[in-house]
Amino acid sequence: MIPQRRTSVQISARHSDSTTIFDISGDIDLANSPEIRKVLLREVREKRTPRVVMNLSNVRYIDSSGVASLVEGLKASRDLNLRFILFGLSPSAREVLQLSRLLKIFEVYDNEDQALSS
Amino acid sequence: MRQRDTTGVSLASDDGFLLKLQLLSDPKLLFVVRGAMERLTEIFGFSPPDRRSITRAVDEALTNIMRHCYNGRTDQPIEVYCSRVPPPSGTLADGLQVLLCDQGPAVDPSKLRGRRLDEIKPGGLGLHFIRQSMDTVEYQRVGSANRFRLVKYLQPVTEARRP
Repeated sequence: MIPQRRTSVQISARHSDSTTIFDISGDIDLANSPEIRKVLLREVREKRTPRVVMNLSNVRYIDSSGVASLVEGLKASRDLNLRFILFGLSPSAREVLQLSRLLKIFEVYDNEDQALSS
Repeated sequence: MRQRDTTGVSLASDDGFLLKLQLLSDPKLLFVVRGAMERLTEIFGFSPPDRRSITRAVDEALTNIMRHCYNGRTDQPIEVYCSRVPPPSGTLADGLQVLLCDQGPAVDPSKLRGRRLDEIKPGGLGLHFIRQSMDTVEYQRVGSANRFRLVKYLQPVTEARRP
């Protein structure tokens, strides 16, 4: 068994009336994408937050399971007419969204100011 | 005498052998392998985008082994062999070959095609990333092992770009 220690990703949330911003830091991969998915879907399906914003500026790497979690968040948001926004994509994160032809499907901004004023 | 390991892969440096990693099928170790691949591709001379591509392909291949070959069990063996391979005929630049070996059940090759991308749905993207990232992607059943072979060739330096 591998000793338990912090996973390679950390998630914190900032809330205002209609918006939740998730600040993610670390790599998103198979070890932690289920956690990201759970947090996202709870925010969308249970809390029905009108605008969920993912701050990915400190995410260096996203794998296909991480992309799948983001797609689930997006689909759940669309089903409930809520908004799901990404900002601060690293080169690697941008590449995987381009490779999966999802970059134009997501609402993507360069930084938090742009994301919140959109 | 030429050294060979349990999966029949040559570990002799004159065969281009560079690095062998042995790991358990625990997703927490993906982070470690990515670190090794980032450094190896850097010293090999790949460009930053190619380093990211190779690292992504190896990470996705390992993820597939953990999820599908070992069904999420975290205590199963995986071996990763990296070696320098000569250029294919007609080109000048060497390549980096990565062999990933596991002891899971044989893989149905028809499931290695990846899905179409025209539908927005989660899942099924890993194989697509691997195929987009690498020049060669092959699967072989060797004895009781699955062997995934990934190769990426260096981009030759042109005269105009040569310092």
